[in-house]
Amino acid sequence: MDAFVELGSGFATALTPTNLAFALLGVLLGTAIGVLPGIGPAMTVALLLPLTRGLDVTTALIMFAGIYYGGMYGGSTTSILLNTPGESASVVTAIEGNRMARTGRAAQALATAAIGSFVAGTIATLLLALVAPTVARLAVQISPADMFAVMLLAFIAVTSVLGSSRVRGLASLGLGLAIGLIGIDATSGQQRLTFGVPELAEGIDVVVVAVGLFAVGEALWTAAHLRRRPVEVIPVGNPRMSRSDWSRSWKPWLRGTAIGFPFGAVPAGGAEVPTFLSYVTEKRLSEHPEEFGKGAIEGVAGPEATNNASAAGGLVPLLTLGIPTTATAAIMLSAIESYGIQPGPRLFAAEPELVWGLIASLFIGNAALLLLNLPLAPVWARLLRIPRTYLYAGILFFASLGAYAANANVFDLFLLLVIGALGFMMRRYGLPLLPAIIGVILGPFAEEQLRTALQISNGDLGGLVDPVAVVAYVIVALILLFPLVRRLLPTKAHVPVLDEAVHEIEEAHHHHGTTEAVSVETRARRGSEESDDSDGY
Amino acid sequence: MSSASSGGTTREQGRSELGVALFLGALGVLVVVSALLLPESRIARGPVGPAAVPVVVGGLLVVTSVFLAVDVWRGGRGEPEGGEDIELTGRSDWRTVAMLAAAFLANALLIEPLGWVISGAVLFWGSAFALGSRHYVRDAVIAVALSMGSFYLFALGLGIVLPPGILRGIL
Repeated sequence: MDAFVELGSGFATALTPTNLAFALLGVLLGTAIGVLPGIGPAMTVALLLPLTRGLDVTTALIMFAGIYYGGMYGGSTTSILLNTPGESASVVTAIEGNRMARTGRAAQALATAAIGSFVAGTIATLLLALVAPTVARLAVQISPADMFAVMLLAFIAVTSVLGSSRVRGLASLGLGLAIGLIGIDATSGQQRLTFGVPELAEGIDVVVVAVGLFAVGEALWTAAHLRRRPVEVIPVGNPRMSRSDWSRSWKPWLRGTAIGFPFGAVPAGGAEVPTFLSYVTEKRLSEHPEEFGKGAIEGVAGPEATNNASAAGGLVPLLTLGIPTTATAAIMLSAIESYGIQPGPRLFAAEPELVWGLIASLFIGNAALLLLNLPLAPVWARLLRIPRTYLYAGILFFASLGAYAANANVFDLFLLLVIGALGFMMRRYGLPLLPAIIGVILGPFAEEQLRTALQISNGDLGGLVDPVAVVAYVIVALILLFPLVRRLLPTKAHVPVLDEAVHEIEEAHHHHGTTEAVSVETRARRGSEESDDSDGY
Repeated sequence: MSSASSGGTTREQGRSELGVALFLGALGVLVVVSALLLPESRIARGPVGPAAVPVVVGGLLVVTSVFLAVDVWRGGRGEPEGGEDIELTGRSDWRTVAMLAAAFLANALLIEPLGWVISGAVLFWGSAFALGSRHYVRDAVIAVALSMGSFYLFALGLGIVLPPGILRGIL
């Protein structure tokens, strides 16, 4: 019951006129930016981060909660109306959502996505409020050794997402960890990887890394392959759902919530797997399986609810352990840290007003999302027609603005371009961005925990083996050895639903032009552009 | 799951990705060597010095670079990222990228001497030009409106003063 009392006081914090205004502003900005093509939730949060400077912590975080949900919903709108998802979590939404849009049911697809997001978000936030304090209470007792092991698990989990290349995930993690090492080592005062450059002594600002990788990298990469013909945008009417739409949507919403929340809450890779699981589940349980692939409303309702529930679930490890599981959460973490607050087990005890204000504003943001997005859907759809020249010029403009404003240092702008070039290379060669950003942000903390743990044990490596840590290490080993383990399993032992999900992921990757791109790239590669391609790396 | 995507491969395709492996390997060696060269610290506490973690991270990079090279050798290929506005059917348009980088660097070099209002406008106008916009006047109007607007938004709304440069006193 305590949680409800605390939540009540959280609402008291969040419902002051100023905070309420910033929550609404956050939702509005988040949706407006997130709906722009090419801008996913992570980039939305990174680009809007500088706007919260100068606000007081609680207000800033409340605004952030709005940006977070707004950015996610904006991303789904884009994928439904353009059929080219900006990020992996909305790949599934695009499958059925875009078919619906093409058959003239764009408004219904957007409506079931919005209401589903609201239902899932509300239930999942409630679960967050109930679960998080307990997790935090348990987490207070875990040792630095355990913490290090859990962080290691998070590193390995984000690099091994289904359907992608693990060696490339590890490469990306290594790049992120290396960037995180730059600067003065807190324990010894030694400068690491600064090469005598004074601007690097304090380390690279996370805003610069995030904006460089997500915004500048994306703008440069898109510019190199810009689609020159006009984009076809499906017009949207006012979203209204018929009785049958409702009756076909509500169960997928609830099932999606049940699938999404636990997947988001464990420190493992993101929303891609649960959204696919939800899609496959809905396809099996639907009374109209023949409509799947032609625009079945269940195929939008389920995955969208899953996506939102897993985003709320992701706040459990973020707030209680300080471990982000998605790129967006990683940037939120660094935003919280920039106020000198360290998310972790002690956060609930030390900053109750802030935490509960944040959780309450998630409810408010969620409701605001519903109220704004149903009537504003036609307006958001119009944003998709923004001329691409202005869109990407604008991304570079605001990226520079944000990176400069963070520290008022020109050096950061050069650094931004270098990191943008790194982001370009990673996109070109299929290195995922998530492990890199998690490595940059979490790496220094993992090192601190490791060193504290070994200090306690006086250098004895046995000090790293605590009960929780052992469990984490076993899971790490299982994930790393999975390709071997799978070979030993009898073929029948596969979970059919999971297998189908893997199949769907591969199909979708295929569908979105991967294979085609490879063969076409091959043709283009015959030219003599090779030396340019490596671009100094 | 070591290879990212299958399909017809050519040697050229592989060779440029070997560059990525080389980059990772070189970076890993750099991280390890610079860690080993760290001088002895007098204020270090605890049994783990500042070099231990960099050595592990550098080692990870070197090992990954080897695995990536093997993967590329066997025909594995990174999957270029798709997106709403991306058409992966042509070769990379390096001219546009170079012009964008130039506009970006112009902003970095001009922001302090000339001020954000001018350098930001140059950045936006230059980027729009690089991306193929030929509405010179309209672009300029939007560019100045954006840079001026953001200057005042940051100054009045957030209390962050961007460099006024040569327009000091006028703005």
